[in-house]
Amino acid sequence: MSTTTIDDAVAAMPDARGHGGGGPAPIRTVVAYGFWIFILSDIVMFSGLFAAYAVLSGNTAGGPTGLDLFNLRRVYIETMCLLVSSYTCGLGALSAERRQLGRFLMFAACTFVLGAAFLFIEGTEFAGMVSRGAGPSRSAFLSAFFTLVGTHGVHVTSGLIWLMYLVAQVIAKGLSAPVLRRLLCFSLFWHALDIVWVGVLTLVYLMGAR
Amino acid sequence: MRYRALPVLLFGAPTLCSCTQGVLDPKGPVAAAEKLLLINATAITLVVVVPVILATLAFAWWYRSSNPSASRSADESYEGRLEFVLWSIPALIVILLGGVIWIGSHQLDPRAPIAAKADPLRVDVVALDWKWLFIYPAERIATVNQLVIPVGAPVQFRLTSATVMNSFFIPQLGSQIYTMGGMTTHLNLRADQPGEYPGFSANFSGDGFSGMRFIAKAVPAGDFSVWVEQVRGAGSALDESEYADLAKPSSDAPPTTYRSVVPNLFERIVAQTVSGSQTPGAGEVWRRPVRQAGG
Amino acid sequence: MLGRLTWAAIPFNEPLPLLSAAVVAIIIGSVLALVTIKGWVPYLWREWVTSVDHKRIGVMYFALGLVMLLRGFADAFMMRTQQAIAVGDATGYLPPAHYDQIFSAHGSIMIFFVAMPLVIGLMNFVVPLQLGVRDVAFPTLNSISFWLTATGALLINLSLVIGVFARTGWMGYPPLSELPFSPDVGVDYYLWSLQISGIGTLLTGVNFVTTILKLRAPGMTYFRMPVFCWTALSASLLIVAAFPILTATFMMLLLDRYLGMHFFTNDAGGNQMMYVNLFWAWGHPEVYILVLPAFGAFSEVVATFSGKGLFSYRSMVLATLGICVLSFMVWLHHFFTMGAGADVNAFFGIMSSIIAVPTGVKVFNWLFTMYRGRVVFKTPMLFAVGFMITFVIGGMTGVLLAVPPVDFVLHNSVFLVAHFHNVIIGGVVYGALAGYNYWFPKAFGFTLDERLGKASFWCWLIGFYLAFTPLYVLGLMGMTRRLQRIPEPSWQPLLLVAEAGAIVIFCGILCQIAQLYVSIRARQRRLDLTGDPWDGRTLEWATSSPPPPYNFAVLPRVETIDAFWSMKRRGLRPVEPAHEPIEMPRNSPVGFIIAFFATITGFALIWHIWWMVIIGLLASVVTLMVFGWSDPREREISAAEIAEIERARLSVRQPA
Repeated sequence: MSTTTIDDAVAAMPDARGHGGGGPAPIRTVVAYGFWIFILSDIVMFSGLFAAYAVLSGNTAGGPTGLDLFNLRRVYIETMCLLVSSYTCGLGALSAERRQLGRFLMFAACTFVLGAAFLFIEGTEFAGMVSRGAGPSRSAFLSAFFTLVGTHGVHVTSGLIWLMYLVAQVIAKGLSAPVLRRLLCFSLFWHALDIVWVGVLTLVYLMGAR
Repeated sequence: MRYRALPVLLFGAPTLCSCTQGVLDPKGPVAAAEKLLLINATAITLVVVVPVILATLAFAWWYRSSNPSASRSADESYEGRLEFVLWSIPALIVILLGGVIWIGSHQLDPRAPIAAKADPLRVDVVALDWKWLFIYPAERIATVNQLVIPVGAPVQFRLTSATVMNSFFIPQLGSQIYTMGGMTTHLNLRADQPGEYPGFSANFSGDGFSGMRFIAKAVPAGDFSVWVEQVRGAGSALDESEYADLAKPSSDAPPTTYRSVVPNLFERIVAQTVSGSQTPGAGEVWRRPVRQAGG
Repeated sequence: MLGRLTWAAIPFNEPLPLLSAAVVAIIIGSVLALVTIKGWVPYLWREWVTSVDHKRIGVMYFALGLVMLLRGFADAFMMRTQQAIAVGDATGYLPPAHYDQIFSAHGSIMIFFVAMPLVIGLMNFVVPLQLGVRDVAFPTLNSISFWLTATGALLINLSLVIGVFARTGWMGYPPLSELPFSPDVGVDYYLWSLQISGIGTLLTGVNFVTTILKLRAPGMTYFRMPVFCWTALSASLLIVAAFPILTATFMMLLLDRYLGMHFFTNDAGGNQMMYVNLFWAWGHPEVYILVLPAFGAFSEVVATFSGKGLFSYRSMVLATLGICVLSFMVWLHHFFTMGAGADVNAFFGIMSSIIAVPTGVKVFNWLFTMYRGRVVFKTPMLFAVGFMITFVIGGMTGVLLAVPPVDFVLHNSVFLVAHFHNVIIGGVVYGALAGYNYWFPKAFGFTLDERLGKASFWCWLIGFYLAFTPLYVLGLMGMTRRLQRIPEPSWQPLLLVAEAGAIVIFCGILCQIAQLYVSIRARQRRLDLTGDPWDGRTLEWATSSPPPPYNFAVLPRVETIDAFWSMKRRGLRPVEPAHEPIEMPRNSPVGFIIAFFATITGFALIWHIWWMVIIGLLASVVTLMVFGWSDPREREISAAEIAEIERARLSVRQPA
């Protein structure tokens, strides 16, 4: 026996597609898996920045230290914004899966607002530090701080732009399969940013403001 | 089989002429130990490499399709015992090598002082663009591109760079070590025979890199003291302004000496508090790219 | 208005770069003119530039690698010549500023724009075919990856004509690469060119990990995958795990240079040792990214040309995965001399020796595949045997360098240079050339000329030994690397032998060019009609040469390792089952367009033309948004069309 159609193979091994000998995985699995691998690579990049921060956190070149600069109350508020935005993102994803357009749009808006609030607070933090002469070119510690936290902020910004773009797609085309796949990718991205932020919170702010 | 003769010729003949300089011609205990390690490690690895090369040539030749007398086997045979041996051979070699590496690394740690009958000599080394400054803190003299040391005395080096990363290396005396700005590295060497040994930087540091060479001169202990006195009697003093001049980029600097050195010059270079540190701007002659890029 | 770009950036007053630039411009101009006059532009645009077919993209990658080999080799030849004549008081013909750019460009180009594209090209072409599927997981992303790599190649070559290239060596160590010591555009060319192509490479890694793990023909479990796919998987995992480190590292150096930060500067707390660590944390996995697919190609070649299955498939897979994991634990051996102390040095030395174990096991496996096989010495097999001997020597010198005290006297000498060329040429280049000769008929439908192939092999082999054995000896004699002037006259004879070796390698390259030309001219006589010119073992040989766009009309059902071999032995009958229409992704210009804007953005960043940067970035984002709006665009190949293609294929193919 030489070749059979893929249907026979699939019939013989139901739900095994994408595993072992089950044949090619369905497209939604492939897309989500690939995006997940991409996120892992992004986390590796962040780990390079974390490593740099860890090495350089003591190199303040006679300038201000974390203790001098970090306002833990504001950090707490922005952390809550981001974490809750992850929650609303999850609720939005569930609504989208259930094809509840109105609820999805509402949760997407909440996610956006909370994400934007996070960015606003972070932006004021950065501006405040720069105006006090504690900008990224002051010392290696500050370079590492601004780059690590700033790169996370750039990712959040990109995420918000992406969210607006996807909401536009939903409004224009509805919650079709390709659009749902993209929303799935966005959710993965947004939650991953949350995880990275937890690392930043711990390693940078909590340990730095001791 | 002309390709069999070629590696023999290529490896054999030139190896003979490499024995009078460099790594294979050690003049001190560190270099001698490192040469021995090199030879031992080579021998250990050749135990595997030579049979593999011979077997590759032999199998390729014997099992060629035009050979009627070779036995053939079309089926894949999985031989667990053979496989165990195949994993074990490299594993055993590597275990042996691992021991060699652990012991050798500790014995030949650059920071480890060398035991000797003579008193140790301290030398501070500063890598500049593109020359070497040697400060003798106890004798309070300094030289450029000329390292004079007494035979038989362990030399304790402290090293730094006033500019970019370099690597201080005298092959016939042994290990090299990086020199980096704002940091101090340590090295211990000893010369056991009088002679002149070439030294240079082994890490690329810019346009004048090829000219960053010096001579390490090992002289009998008596001659060394005489030399120190000679240096004290002539030449300029190495003070801040002289150092600032010296730090200006130049290459192929002729060996010079300084009859005195300001105290703690090395420490201040490491702390980057001497004027003349990090003055790349003065290096227009050397670092100006061949065409302007503005900026 | 144009940042720091002025007319002074073009080397009007320097004959050498001006001449090279002129020659290159004339060649490119003639090719473009030829293409336009002959009316090939629509065909090229439709069939190649906008193609998302992995086979086309693979060919383009490989072609990019071969073309850049000429540039990288030209650099090498100039260096060899300079070192052969600038001995004692002679100054040679390349002043230090030029020489420094040439060796920096040589390394950067060879690693990023020759070795990587050759290897990724092979992976692209072969992996989906061997897995029995129709394309990679993300075909449009694949096109973006290729064109971003081409952008990087373009930028690095632009530095020859407009501005200067880095004068830091291919590793770009700070503080030399920081602004105070490299104020000109050179390091910026280096950083942006590699940062942009690095994005392309990362996306390739993501693409292939997903493809190999999630898209295989029915019945192809992990342990029925061809070994080349295992090595491609390992290389892709390494790309995903290592390239982001390089991205982060270069980002930090760029921030130092552009925004005055202090990651690696001499002052304000910067740490140059951290760059070295981060760079090599990427750098060591990188060399395994290069060599593992080469090993995979050799596994296929040795098995096919010994007429015997690969000895111990399982241990081959285990060894591959072992190398994959271990490659992350050895990076410090690139800087034993930085002074980390005996414990740290010894640890990394031991780990580096351990990685020789799985590598050695692989060599034994190839050896025992030949044992009692029926070895046919076509060009790919010659490269395989040449590799087994040459790579083993290179591996040996690597193990020697893994002993820290030995490294203390050989680090950064030309002994080191000889070692890494030994493993890269003996491993990666020979592997790429073996794969090239092996899979060429599958890609183009006709075989390459054997005699010229063998001639190119002998030139590469003899040339390599002539060029690099003297360097081993010179390294022992105390010659350090990157010297623009040679201080010791007694070194000159060996340097002249090395120069001769470079000339012989050049003959090898000429033989390859001749081989391609002659084969194309004679292609009607060299047609591969069966699709299986070598009596192959894996699924790519079950398709026609070249395969149809959809690869397989019906995805094969796999039941064993070496699926095609077992199908042949059980008697593959040319059946004509009912075909269903196949949906394949449409071609897309998005890769090319994004790369175009990336080139503009990169160039603008290098020259500080900020308004152009903003436009370039915006244009890239808009392009992505425009193309990301539409739902996946596919075209249907009707059942009738498929049936016709399959009938035509089967009528010329002899029954197995």
